[in-house]
Amino acid sequence: MIRLEHVSKTYKTLARPALDDVSVSVDKGEFVFLIGPSGSGKSTFLQLLLREEVPTRGRVIVADWNVAKLPRRRVPKLRQRVGCVFQDFRLLNNKTVFENVAFALEVIGKPRHTIRKVVPEVLQLVGLDGKADRMPAELSGGEQQRVAIARAFVNRPLVLMCDEPTGNLDPDTSQDIMLLLERINRTGTTLIMATHDHSIVDSMRRRVVELSEGRVIRDDARGVYGVGR
Amino acid sequence: MRASFVSTEVVNGLRRNVSMTIAMILTTAISLTLLGSGLVVVRKVDQAQDSLRQAADVVVYLNDQVSAEDSACQQQTCSGLRAELERASGVRSVKYLSRQQVYERAIEKFDNRPELREIARPEALPAAMWVELSDTVDPAAIQRQFGDSPGVANIDNQSDFVRSLVGKLNDVRDGTFLIAALQAFAALLLISNTIQLSAFNRRTETGIMRLVGASRWYTQLPFLLEAMVSGIIGSLVAVGLLVVIKEAFLDGLMKPLSGTGLLTPVSYADIAFVSPILVLVAAVVSGLTGYLTLRLYVRI
Repeated sequence: MIRLEHVSKTYKTLARPALDDVSVSVDKGEFVFLIGPSGSGKSTFLQLLLREEVPTRGRVIVADWNVAKLPRRRVPKLRQRVGCVFQDFRLLNNKTVFENVAFALEVIGKPRHTIRKVVPEVLQLVGLDGKADRMPAELSGGEQQRVAIARAFVNRPLVLMCDEPTGNLDPDTSQDIMLLLERINRTGTTLIMATHDHSIVDSMRRRVVELSEGRVIRDDARGVYGVGR
Repeated sequence: MRASFVSTEVVNGLRRNVSMTIAMILTTAISLTLLGSGLVVVRKVDQAQDSLRQAADVVVYLNDQVSAEDSACQQQTCSGLRAELERASGVRSVKYLSRQQVYERAIEKFDNRPELREIARPEALPAAMWVELSDTVDPAAIQRQFGDSPGVANIDNQSDFVRSLVGKLNDVRDGTFLIAALQAFAALLLISNTIQLSAFNRRTETGIMRLVGASRWYTQLPFLLEAMVSGIIGSLVAVGLLVVIKEAFLDGLMKPLSGTGLLTPVSYADIAFVSPILVLVAAVVSGLTGYLTLRLYVRI
């Protein structure tokens, strides 16, 4: 599903590369934690998958697309297949829960009857049925993150990328969000999650890819956050 | 593409930026009003040149004696002069107007100047020969050739007057276009600025649109339409301003000229002629400015 082959990314303003000869392969339906300290290259890794950035060297393959070679006009097609969730939710505060999720479908030109059918389904999946007409400000942090997940998932992406999705949430809410992400992963969606949250990584026992100074220093099939913990 | 989504985005964008939108519309309107005025002047000059070409190029005024004694132009001085003028090279036609006929024309011209009509008397006016020249002939040559002929009081070279009038009108046009260009530059900067502001205000939306895979076209279209809608509203305001200027100022200003046959008053037909040009210019220029701004300055 995802393959990085000897990928390096350098920025003119940085002395050392953000990613340095990284090779990682993720199969369809896998759940992968991407861990490492700030500045280790996690965000760059995710940005490459979305073609927010292009690699300086190496190849990035997502669902048979050679991402770096993808012509500009085809980039939206890639992004329709890769959903993303962020630490800061990024909801539209002037739209209701329903409208926030529907927005993702409206802007890719989905017909209205599809939107009316699919949005309630996905709201139910993320546990927000009955809250479709609420505004984001009326929701708790955990509920807001559920809306963001619903929006990322509503178009049934092949890959769901989560960049510190529990970073702003308390441990209990974080646990709920992880259960939700696990449920989404069980539908066959490949899940990549960048995180600093030790307890989550340790409790889930999923594949862990650890980055440090732009290099992969660990890739465990059922890992924990810190070696030897 | 969902039309309702795009139109909602456009209306929201214009509403959210209402002060900038108004500034953009007004600047565009003023610039287009000036452009429209310039175009009307061009049209008037063209019309004037056409009507002037039909009028006499040179008028030979006869002296008092001939004017008084030979109203039918049958005596030697008058008929000889006429025959000579007709034979002169480059003369297309010669038309004799007696003192009475000159008076009648004058009265006709002074239609709306009753005070002039009052004081005009046939005896005060000279009889005249209206000479039409072919385009290649210099009217001054006729002046030189016949200036001292017997029976001639003076020769009026109308084309000099026409040339200076057309020259002045062209200066007015050039000046109007220059100010219109400066104003248009300000309008372009405002459009560009407003779009950048609009895109900045909606960066969360456009950021999400990018991430969920909306095409560049879908993301940009609301901004582009916002610029075009403002531009078109500006052009409609400009058409309104042209009408107001015509009604409030020009009609009164041009009334004294209306009898001369040189300049016809600015009519609604003139405004109707330039209006679609203004709307088209507004739509194309604002759309293009919007497109370039989005390409160059805004990451969408």
